[in-house]
Amino acid sequence: MRSPFFQNHLELKAKMVDFHGWEMPLQYSGIIDEHKNVRENVGLFDVSHMGRFKIKGDAESQIQKLITNDITKIGDKQSIYSPMCNEKGGIIDDIIVSRINSNEFLIIVNSSNIKKDFDWISGNIQSCEFQNITNDSALLALQGPKAINILKDMKVEQIENLKSFHLLEVKIDDVDCIISRTGYTGEDGFEILFDSKNVQIWKNLLEVGRKYGIKPVGLGARDTLRLETGLMLYGNDIDETVTPLEATLKWTVKFETEFIGKAALETKKVERKLRGFEIESKRIARKNNKVYDGQKEIGIVTSGGFSPTLNKPIGYCFVPVDYPLEREIMIDIGGKLYDTKLTSTRFYKK
Amino acid sequence: MEDRKFTKEHEWVEKVDQIIIIGITEFAQDQLGDIVSIELPKVGSSFKQNEAMAIIDSVKASSDIYSPVDGEITETNEKLLEQPELINQSPNEEGWILKMKPNNPEQLDSLLSKEQYNNLVGQSKE
Repeated sequence: MRSPFFQNHLELKAKMVDFHGWEMPLQYSGIIDEHKNVRENVGLFDVSHMGRFKIKGDAESQIQKLITNDITKIGDKQSIYSPMCNEKGGIIDDIIVSRINSNEFLIIVNSSNIKKDFDWISGNIQSCEFQNITNDSALLALQGPKAINILKDMKVEQIENLKSFHLLEVKIDDVDCIISRTGYTGEDGFEILFDSKNVQIWKNLLEVGRKYGIKPVGLGARDTLRLETGLMLYGNDIDETVTPLEATLKWTVKFETEFIGKAALETKKVERKLRGFEIESKRIARKNNKVYDGQKEIGIVTSGGFSPTLNKPIGYCFVPVDYPLEREIMIDIGGKLYDTKLTSTRFYKK
Repeated sequence: MEDRKFTKEHEWVEKVDQIIIIGITEFAQDQLGDIVSIELPKVGSSFKQNEAMAIIDSVKASSDIYSPVDGEITETNEKLLEQPELINQSPNEEGWILKMKPNNPEQLDSLLSKEQYNNLVGQSKE
């Protein structure tokens, strides 16, 4: 599949990659360069591969059953992040639910899970209109400390007053858009949804952003940015064999609400925990590298990469729940053990 | 650079008197993307042909550098430890990786010519 901006990526000479069946840009100028530019200036991401569903009707209480977080905590034009669990408490997906109004909701899901989520949600929602709008819409992310300047210059009404996880229905260059102040980078930023025929928005954002040093950013830097920030990647850190309590998502589980998987999460003992690690020796650990304490295998790496901000290898791994931060462990990279210690998964904070 | 030989593992090999200089090709550095660290072998250590002797970590992946022939390491490019990005910037010159003394210089004859290597990457680009 191709995003509406496929031609733009080719024009920019992006290195393209297959991502769950989507031909997406991996990088343009280089992962480290793009990463740093998002931290310092602003970057534009095509995230049109993310799944987008619309639900119309009396859906709030039905959506609540699908997510571990508390949907009643958000009002109109607000969004909430949440895992969506199966009966065993395993994570089917991590999603963002936006409440447009009491009768209309938007759900953003991971591209790898579009079909699975669509089937799961439609099987659990009654008497509502439920629609997959992924292919009719476009989704861009504008991320970085200068993202706000660009939307201000484009005369987007009320953009300065938009709070985090709130959204606006406004026009950009006469195109109807839904702008939410959300992202996957640890920086201030926006995600912009609009009809897929308005591809000119990509070029317009780059044009207006030029004086702020904007650069297009591919999936490579999207991964390093989220990794530094402690954000989960579905398929790496979380999947149906992982519960939100084992991942760093305890804050999203609201036991005072009713949701699928609640009983399992209340009763199942948490035996492992996702932690961060830093490696001093510069070798990069990768997904599925084994974690050791002395001779004993104690866990597994779920994500590993290079942190351009810290200039060292970082990652996340599962270890027994009683292993504290700062505990020294070893990671097997290519048959050799490397010393490392457990850290928070938040390597970068603004 | 005229007489360089190449391996299927995307290394270039240049013979200068009794030793060979080894680096990775422009194609390889482009595929790897930003290189952030390298692990070099000890000078004096010996490797068999096709044995892994160094490891390059890029933001995207880890890859081994294989010995093109049987031989002994005579020198490594220590500059790369502080500036691994030299491999991206100048894979053919400043970003050379190591030097070896081949035990059996005839093994070099089995490596790819420039033309053969270009055909190889032309195909794997597809």
